[in-house]
Parts: sequence; C-alpha cells; structure tokens
Amino acid sequence: MSEGEPILSIRNLGVHYGGITAVREVSFDIWPGEIVTLIGSNGAGKSSILKAVSGLVPCTGEIRFLGRDLKGLAADRIVGAGIAHVPEGRGIFGNLTVLENLALATWQRCDAKEVQADRERVFDLFPILRARGRQEAGTLSGGEQQMLAMGRALMTRGRLMLLDEPSMGLSPVLVREIFKILREINQAGTTLLLVEQNAHMALRIASRAYVLETGSITFAGSSAELLGNPKVRAAYLGT
Amino acid sequence: MNPCRSISAWLVASPIRGAALPGLVLAGAVLALGIPRYGWVNPYIQMVLVYIGINIILAGSLNLVNGYMGEFSVGHAGFMAVGAYTASVLTFKVFHLAGASWLFPVAIVAGGLAAAVCGLLVAIPSFRTRGDYLAIVTLAFLMIVKSVIENTSYVEGASGLFGMKRLTTLPWVYFWMVVTLWVIRNFIYSKYGRGMLAIREDELAADLMGVRTRRVKILVFMLSSFFAGVAGGLYAHYLQYISPRSFDILKSTDILIMVYLGGVASLGGSILGATLYQVLLEVLRPSTFNEAFQWLPAPLFQWLSDHVFNQLDIWRMLIMPLLLILVMLYRPRGILGLREWPLLVPERDRPGKRPSAGKGGGA
Amino acid sequence: MDAKYILQQALNALQLGSIYALIALGYTLVYGVLTMINFAHGDVFMVGAFLCFSAAVLLELPFVPALLFSMAGTALLGAAIERIAYKPLRRAPRVSAIITALGVGIFLESAMLALNPYPKSIPTLIDNVTWTFGGVTVSSLQLLIIALSLGLMLLLDFVVYRTKTGMAMRAISWDRALVPLMGVPVDRVVTLTFALGGALAGAAGTMYGLAYPVIDPYMGIMVGWKAFIAAVVGGIGNIRGAMIGAFILGGVEILVVAFLPSTYRDFVAFSLLLILLMFRPHGILGKTRAQKV
Repeated sequence: MSEGEPILSIRNLGVHYGGITAVREVSFDIWPGEIVTLIGSNGAGKSSILKAVSGLVPCTGEIRFLGRDLKGLAADRIVGAGIAHVPEGRGIFGNLTVLENLALATWQRCDAKEVQADRERVFDLFPILRARGRQEAGTLSGGEQQMLAMGRALMTRGRLMLLDEPSMGLSPVLVREIFKILREINQAGTTLLLVEQNAHMALRIASRAYVLETGSITFAGSSAELLGNPKVRAAYLGT
Repeated sequence: MNPCRSISAWLVASPIRGAALPGLVLAGAVLALGIPRYGWVNPYIQMVLVYIGINIILAGSLNLVNGYMGEFSVGHAGFMAVGAYTASVLTFKVFHLAGASWLFPVAIVAGGLAAAVCGLLVAIPSFRTRGDYLAIVTLAFLMIVKSVIENTSYVEGASGLFGMKRLTTLPWVYFWMVVTLWVIRNFIYSKYGRGMLAIREDELAADLMGVRTRRVKILVFMLSSFFAGVAGGLYAHYLQYISPRSFDILKSTDILIMVYLGGVASLGGSILGATLYQVLLEVLRPSTFNEAFQWLPAPLFQWLSDHVFNQLDIWRMLIMPLLLILVMLYRPRGILGLREWPLLVPERDRPGKRPSAGKGGGA
Repeated sequence: MDAKYILQQALNALQLGSIYALIALGYTLVYGVLTMINFAHGDVFMVGAFLCFSAAVLLELPFVPALLFSMAGTALLGAAIERIAYKPLRRAPRVSAIITALGVGIFLESAMLALNPYPKSIPTLIDNVTWTFGGVTVSSLQLLIIALSLGLMLLLDFVVYRTKTGMAMRAISWDRALVPLMGVPVDRVVTLTFALGGALAGAAGTMYGLAYPVIDPYMGIMVGWKAFIAAVVGGIGNIRGAMIGAFILGGVEILVVAFLPSTYRDFVAFSLLLILLMFRPHGILGKTRAQKV
C-alpha cells in the first residue's frame, strides 16, 4: 500500500439503471502514481464504476477525488477537476480532424503555451497522430483511434486517467504497444485506473487489482497475489 | 383518475360487459338521431358536436400513422382536401345534375377512395425514407395538392367552391365516426396492426421477423388517408364552402395537436384530444364567461368582463399552444399516450386475457 | 427573354436566396446538434421582423442599431425557447420535442397577433439608391441584403469550422453523450447554438421587412417552411448545404415566377423537392450514416 492521501476514494458506490443494480456497495482507494485495474467478466459493473466516477451516470455513495466530493458535479466539471476518461469503444469524434479532437479536449484550459507543449508530447508518444493531424478521425484505423482517445485524455491534463477496455478489438502487437505507452504515461506522473477483460495484460502493468463479480468486489490484492490465486487464474486467466 | 377511463374500466368489469360497447354505440346513435329531430340541444351545440365528430375521425386516422406506426406525417390536411374536393365535385357537379342528393354516401366513399389513392402515393417513398424526411414528403404532398387545386379552374381555383348542399348531418357524422373507430380498432388488433406496431419499435427487426413492412405501410397510409378523405367530404358538406386555404398547413397542425394532446397510439386519446380541442376552442370565448358569471356582483362582473373575459378573443389563441407545450413537458406522449380505454380494446386482447405476451404475428 | 432580364432575375434570386439561407442555417444548426427540427424557427424569424419594426418605429433607431437590436432579441428568444421548452425533453421521444416546437411556434404567432393585430410595414431605414447597369437595375438595399447575408454566412462558417465552440457543436452532433468527457458543458453549447440560429433569423427578419412591403404574425410559416426545405435540399445538418439549398430554392422560385403564372411557384418548388429526394434521399451534401442496428 502506498503512503499518504488517496487520489481517488470510493465508498459504498451503487449504480442503478431503472430497477437493475449494476454496482452495489463498492469501496476502494487509489493512491497517486498507481496503476490499478478492475477485472471481471462482461456485465460485472466495471464500466459503470468508471462512468459513475466521471459523472456520466447517477450513483449513490461517495466519490472523493483529491479529498473533494464529486457528488452533484456535472461531467464536464469533473474533467476540469482532473479526471480524464478514455471511454469504451474509444469515443473519438469521427467528423472532427485529429487535431480538432485534441483541441476540443482542452476546452477547460486557458494556457495556450502549455497546450502547445502537451500536443507535442502527445505527438511524441504517438508519432502516427502527427502524420494524421488534418485527417478526419473517422478514417483512422482502430489502433490509431485508441491512440487518439488516449492522446485526447492526456490533453485534458487529468491527474487520474480512467481507461475502459483500451485493448478491445486490437491485434496483440498493438495491445502490447498500447500497454507500453500506458506505462510511460504512468511513469510521467498520471495515475491510471484501468478496466480490462484482458486480465493478463492488465495485471502485468498494474500494481493492484480488484475483481468484480455482478457488481461487487469479490477479491482485492496486489497483482502478484491475484496471479497466484488459483480461483482468479481459473476464472480470468484461463489457466 | 381519468373519468372516461374509470367508467370504461368499470363497464368492462361489470356483468353487462358484453353489451357495454354496443349499448354505448346505440345510445350515441339515439342521441345523434334525436338531437336534430327533437332539438334537445340548441343549434350551436349541434354544430360543435358535428365538428367534434369530424375531428375524431381526423385525429383517429392520423394517430394510425403518427402514433401507432411512429411516422411523422404533416400532410393530413392534404388527404382531407382530396376527399373534400372529390366529394363536392360529385354531389355538386355530377350527382346534382342528376338530381340525386341521396347519393351523398357514395360521394363520401368516393372522396375517401380518392384520398386513399393519394395515401398510396405517399406510402411508396416511405419504404426508403423515414422520420424527418418522410415528414417533408408529406408536407410536399400537402403543398402540391393545394397548388393543384389553386390552379384548377374547374373547381374555381383559389377562390374556392361554394354552394354545396348541407348534406352532412349529425347522424351521418356519428355514423362515419363509429365506422372509423371500429375499422381502426379492428385493424390495430389484427395481424397487420401488430406488424404496424413492430415497425414503430424497429422496422429492420420487423422486416427480419417476417412482417411484410411494405404491405403494412401501404395499408396503414391508405386506411389513414381514406378516413381523412371521408372527414374532408363531411366537412365540405357541412360548411358548404371549401377553398385551398381551408386545408393548409395550419389545418394539419390542428390535427397534430389533437393527436398529441390526447395521446399517441391511443384511440381513446384521439377521442379525448379531438373533443378537448374543440370544446376549449368554443368555451374560451368572451360570451361563455360573460353568460356564466352574470350572478357575480355587478361591479366585480363588470371589471372581470372588461379586463378578463373580453380579452379572451385575443388570449384564447395563446392558451391552446401553451396547453400543448405543458402537456408535452409533463406527459411527453400525450394525456393518454400509449394507453387505451379498456372498452376500446377487443375482449381477447384485454390485459389478463391475453393467452401469451409474445404473440406477435407476421403480417 | 434577353440576357438583361435573366440577369435581373438572377439578382432577385440572390436576394430571396440570401434570406432563405439565413433562416435555413438556423434549422440546420439545431438539427446538426440535436437532430431535432425546430419548427418554431420560422416564427423566430417573424419575431425578428417585428423587433426591427419596434426598433425603427418605437425607439426610432437607425438601421445598424435596429438590426443589432433585432438580432440580439431573437438570439435571446432562441436560447429561451431551448431552455424552457426543449431542454426538459432531451430524454423524451424525439417527436414530443417536435410537437412542442410546433406549440411554441403557434404561441409566438398568437402572441404577436395579440400585440399587433394588423400587418405592419417597416419604414425605410436606409436611403435606397438604384443604379442601372446596361438595363439591369440594382438597388442599394438589394446589394446590402446580399452582402450582409454573405458576410453573416461566412462568419457562421468560421464559427462552426474554425473555433472551439464550433468543434464542440460538431462533436455534439457526432455523439452527444461523449462530449462532457472533453470537459465541454454540452447544455451551454446547445443553448448557444439556438442563440446563433436565432440571431441569424433575426437578421433575416429585418432584411425581409426592409425588402418586402408588409410583415404580419403569420409570415414565418411559409418562409420558415421554405427555408426548412432549403436546408433539406442541401442536406440537413450541413452548413454549406443549407446555403446551397437556399440559393437553389430562391433561384427556382424566381424562375417560375418569371416564366410561369406565379400560382405555380409552390407546385414547382415542392415537386422539385420530391424529385430531388427521390434521387438523393439525404440532400445534395448530406451524408448517409449507416443505420445503427
């Protein structure tokens, strides 16, 4: 466990869609500089937790970010507070160019010089985006779109980045590439909360992990502990 | 809650349920025949009743396309115009010369058929376009109908036709209203009707499930426009004057208001919406309030009359759209949206009587 | 029929097309952002004409302040309509918002009728000079209308394609649910879109009132529908399409009036619309986006 104040602290989180409960009584903390992963099967409630943190879905319970209660804050304000969300399926704006996609993410910032520098940083991380700058984002390949979505999240200058299935639909080579970059992003100071079905890859870069089943945390521990747990291995690692 | 709903629910549950609907229809028929003959209500109320009847035909038939099938047609007044002009030309120029006004029902049916043919023309583009673009097709249809009439000297162009006999009577309106509601109700609960509902929910899925979407759409559009044409014929022979301007976009808007005020995909809603619309329009007149509040102390009455009642002619036009907006904000599907008076549902389809819920039939 | 006559008619078509274009842009902006037909928009145009009338007659303002007064008024009106009548319906069936829009339109017509029972005419706000070039008559008013409309269109094009607000609008039209994740306050951008459309309609109302003899509370219905058709012809949701559609419609109408009895105008315009939709169901510049299954 890390020291000091957690960057994100979740207590008794519940998410309900109509009469259906997607997440119940979930509590956990993330400390600055960590990579934490939520693993679980389809419909376990992983995405719902991320959406609740970003303010995209209403929830019960308490979410604190850097000690600040996020309750009642609109989604765009939460971005301003410092949480970047790379949504499931990338969620790039296909009718905007790559540059426009990146620029839109800086809506809440008014430090033009810093923005310029951050864009260069994104282009250094993902050189392909520089070449595609004026192209409509809808014409990019799946991997390029994922890179753009991550680049966009970086442009918001979030201190915590939520990633929803970044490996989905990508080839193994690309997945390794994406995870390598995620580690670089983390080393540069961004805390990551990673939702993955690809538990192998997620556990390889994460320091800690939570296993979700039907909306509740059933197992928590360091990645090594999870990798060593026969039940987890059988259910999520296929060995 | 809703008195009509409660009454009809009570009738459905009561021992006389088998006779409830025929009984109501019969009672209505007695009233419709008796009122003009014995003068049970004054001619003004009789006129309002005729308008309500015609409105119910219009709203019910538009609800078929806009409510049950989920399209958005703004061309209903166009179908009405086709029916009105066809029927009028027949009684006025053809039958009249033959001296036979008893052919009136034939003229009304002919008006309906002519409108149904136009409905077929509008149904064809609906195979490919939906939603907003179909709305535009229906609008264009309305404008073209209007323009064709304006440029046809045989029907006096823009100045309009007048001099038809007043052949539309309360019994006739009642008869056609019952026929309309009966046919539409039976259609909704037929296999084609279920196909229509399937199209509203998801056209592609309906197609894949084996609903012949084209045939259903053609049927729905033709049925809907047939009754709009009938209403047009009745309207023409009541007012004895029609012009292209009687059937402009504002007329379509009026019918839309009745449908959405009363509730989409609900015949009870259309009856309610059409009645409410006409009654409000009639009630919100200075004379109504000036007569109704004469018992008030004279100074108060005078003040109210000057400052409130006599201003109503201006403000009543504002009340209708405000009401519509409020209904939409608080009940986005209309007052009775997606619900039905139990009495209007065939016995085998009433809740609790349905053998199995997933009984969607391929049409 | 000589070249002069045709040139003269082309000029008239440009004037009519400019007014249609300004209104069509409002329809297309809102449609692009919310996929909603704002049927009250034609009536916002009407209110714009009456605001200019009030500014000119009651406040005795000259042209430019009157124009700005009208544009500011309709921008506020557009934004207010969105906040009061449409925003609560974001999650309701789409058709409820359309019907509400119809209701708002009728409300505006009736309210204006209550305030101005008789048709009005806007006094001449600018000295109208006419020049004749080789038989073709050009009035300063005509030039002003065309130039001002083109200017506003270029300005809007700039806003939509070159500013961050414009990016946000286009992003909302792609996927509204994801835009907040960029830190963009969606509601504010939507309201701003309505205000922009309203301002353009106000400018159109002012110019219509200056160019044509009378204004009345029902003038917005037909002009509004025509402008809507222009937006559809160009491909609704497409800014440049709306401009093209408006000039095509203006051209067609003027041509029909020039060569046929004027009562054929609507017939030809709407028939052309149907024929066009048959071949290009999504308009001239509209793109077909695959239907989600």
